[in-house]
Amino acid sequence: MVALTWTRGADSTASGDRSARARVTLLALVAFVVLASLASLGTGAAGVSLPQVLGKWLAGEGLTLREHVVLFDIRLPRLLTGMLVGASLAVSGAVMQGLFRNPLADPGIVGVGAGAGLGAVLAIVLGAFLPPAILAVAGMHLVPLAAFVGGWVTTLILYRVSTRAGRTSVATMLLAGIALGALSGALTGILVYIADDQQLRDLTFWGLGSLAGASWAKLAAAAPIMVLALVAAPLLARALNGLALGEGAAAHLGIAVQRMKSLAILTVAGATGAAVAVSGGIGFIGIVVPHLLRLVMGPDHRFLLPAAALLGAGLLLLADIIARLIIAPAELPIGIVTAVLGGPVFLWILLRRRGIVDM
Amino acid sequence: MLRLGIFLAVLATPLAAQERVIVLGGGLAEIVYALGQEHRLVGRDTTASFPPEIMALPDVGYVRALSPEGLLALDPDLILASEGSGPVETVQIMQAASVPFVQITEDPSAAAVLERVTAVAGHLGTEAAGAALVAQLEAEFAALAEVTQAVTTPKRVMFILSASGGRINAAGRDSGAEAMIRLAGGVNAFDDFSGYRLLSDEAITAAAPDVLLMMDRGGDHALSDAEILAHPALGLTPAAEQGAVIRMNGIYLLGFGPRTAQAAQELHGALYPQPHKGG
Repeated sequence: MVALTWTRGADSTASGDRSARARVTLLALVAFVVLASLASLGTGAAGVSLPQVLGKWLAGEGLTLREHVVLFDIRLPRLLTGMLVGASLAVSGAVMQGLFRNPLADPGIVGVGAGAGLGAVLAIVLGAFLPPAILAVAGMHLVPLAAFVGGWVTTLILYRVSTRAGRTSVATMLLAGIALGALSGALTGILVYIADDQQLRDLTFWGLGSLAGASWAKLAAAAPIMVLALVAAPLLARALNGLALGEGAAAHLGIAVQRMKSLAILTVAGATGAAVAVSGGIGFIGIVVPHLLRLVMGPDHRFLLPAAALLGAGLLLLADIIARLIIAPAELPIGIVTAVLGGPVFLWILLRRRGIVDM
Repeated sequence: MLRLGIFLAVLATPLAAQERVIVLGGGLAEIVYALGQEHRLVGRDTTASFPPEIMALPDVGYVRALSPEGLLALDPDLILASEGSGPVETVQIMQAASVPFVQITEDPSAAAVLERVTAVAGHLGTEAAGAALVAQLEAEFAALAEVTQAVTTPKRVMFILSASGGRINAAGRDSGAEAMIRLAGGVNAFDDFSGYRLLSDEAITAAAPDVLLMMDRGGDHALSDAEILAHPALGLTPAAEQGAVIRMNGIYLLGFGPRTAQAAQELHGALYPQPHKGG
C-alpha cells in the first residue's frame, strides 16, 4: 500500500528532537482549545459577551434571565458538546488511519457513518409508526438514539464479517464496509423515497450536522461514551505505533494485535456513534486533523492521539462559531463549514505531502 | 375558539401586549400583516416572504432547524410558530428564557385559515380586528363555495411541484395543493398517493389531467409551454393539447393565509374560463 511509505518512514522510535517538538505542539494546542472555548462562550447572535458578564459578576450584580439562559442553557452545553464531538471525531480518525495503515481511513470506515445515517433516517421517516410505549420512552431523543444503535449494529456486523478464526482482517473490513455502505445507502434511498417533504428537509439538515440542538440532556447521554472512548484511545498508542511496521512485526514486538484491533474498533464505534448521534454528520474533522498533525509532529501515536483530541475540539469550536455567526440570527449547518474549510486544507496537505506519499 | 393552537410554552398574560414578535410561517406572517400588526414584528423565518416588506426583517432560518441563540438575539417577547417548528431543544430553551413559543395549526384548509386568524389575533391582543377578518374571510369562502357548487363536471387538475431534469414531482392526496384544487372546484388528478411524489411518465399519461397547475417562482421551477409540449408524458395530456396551463405565485397559492379565498377564487376563474350554467 502506498500509504505504508510514510507511516513506516517515520517509525515508532521517535527521536528526542521530535518528541520535544510534539510537547511544544501539545502545549500550544492546549492554549488553542482554551482560547477557542472562551471565544465560543463569548460570541453568538445574542451579543452576550464575557467581559460584560464578568463585569456584572465582579460588581455583584445578578445576570438577567436571558443572559443566564444564553450562557448556561445554550452556549455551555454547546461548547462541551462541540469539544467532545470534535475530539471524538479527530481521535477516531487517527486511530482508524493507524489501524488500517491507510491515510484515507476516517471514522466512517467502520461503518458507523452509514449505519448511523440509516438509523437516523429510519427514526425520522418511520418513527411515528413505533408503538406509543417506545415513543414515550425515547421521546425527542429517538433520532440520536436510532443513529447510535444504527452505528453500533453496522460496526458489529462488519466486525463479525471480517473476523475469521479469531483474526480480524482489516482489508476485508475495508471492503465489507463498502458493501455495507452501499446496502445502507440503498435502504436509506427507499426511506427517502417514501418520506414526505418535511421529513426530507429534516433528513437533509440532519446529514449536514449541527450543534444547535445541543442540550444538557443529550450531553448527559452521550458524554460518558465519548469520554470513555477518549480515555481508552491513548492506551492504543504503542500498539498503533507497532502496527505501522505491519501486523507480523507488531506481533513479534509482543503486541496483542487482535485484542488491540477489537479495542480500537470498539473505541471508534463508541466515540463516533455518540458524536454522530448528538451532532449529525460532520465531515472532514476525522481526516484533516490527524494529517495536519502528522505534518507538524510526526506519526508517533503517543503524541498524535492527544494532539488530535485537542485540535479536533478546538477546530470544531471555531467552525461552530462561524456556523452560528455567519448568517445570524439563522445558523449554517456546521457540516458545511467543516467541509468548506476542510476540503482546501486537505488538498493543501496532499500537495505538500505528495513527494512522500507517491512512490 | 381562542385556544386552537397547541401551546408548548407558558402563555403570557393576555393583558401585556407583546411588542417584539417573531413569526415563523408564511401564512401566519400574512395574517399579522392583515391584522395591521406588522410594526410589532422583529423577525421571520425563511418561508415568510409576503408581503415583500417582510423581507427586510432578520431571517431566523428554516422553521425546523431554529437556533435558540438566534431567536433570543432578536429579544422577542412572543414567538408565533407554525406547528412542528423546532427542534424541541430550541423550544425548551425559549421556555427557560420565558419567551412564549406558541405553535399554531398548519392544516391546509379553509377552516384552519380561520382558526389561525383567531389564534394570531388572540395572541396579539387584537381580537376585534381578528373577528372582523374572520367574518370577511368567511364571507369570501361562502361566496367561493357558492360558485364552485355550480361546477357539474370538475376539471382534473395536476399540480406540478417541480420538474427538474424532466422528472415530474406532483401533488397527491392530503397535500396543500389538493386542498386548493378542491377549494377552487376542481379535483386532483392523482389520489393514489399522499403528499408529493416523483411520477413515472406512464402514471402521468394514465391520469390524463385537464389542467396543469404550477408555481411561478420567478422562472426557474415553472415549466415553459414549450417544455411541457416537449415532455414525453406531459405533452400528451389533454391539458397540454388545450394549452390549459395555470401558473400562480407559490405563497399565494399554497400559503393558506388570509389571501387563500382570493387565490382559490382566482384559480377557479382560471380553471373555468367560461361561466358555467347550473346544468
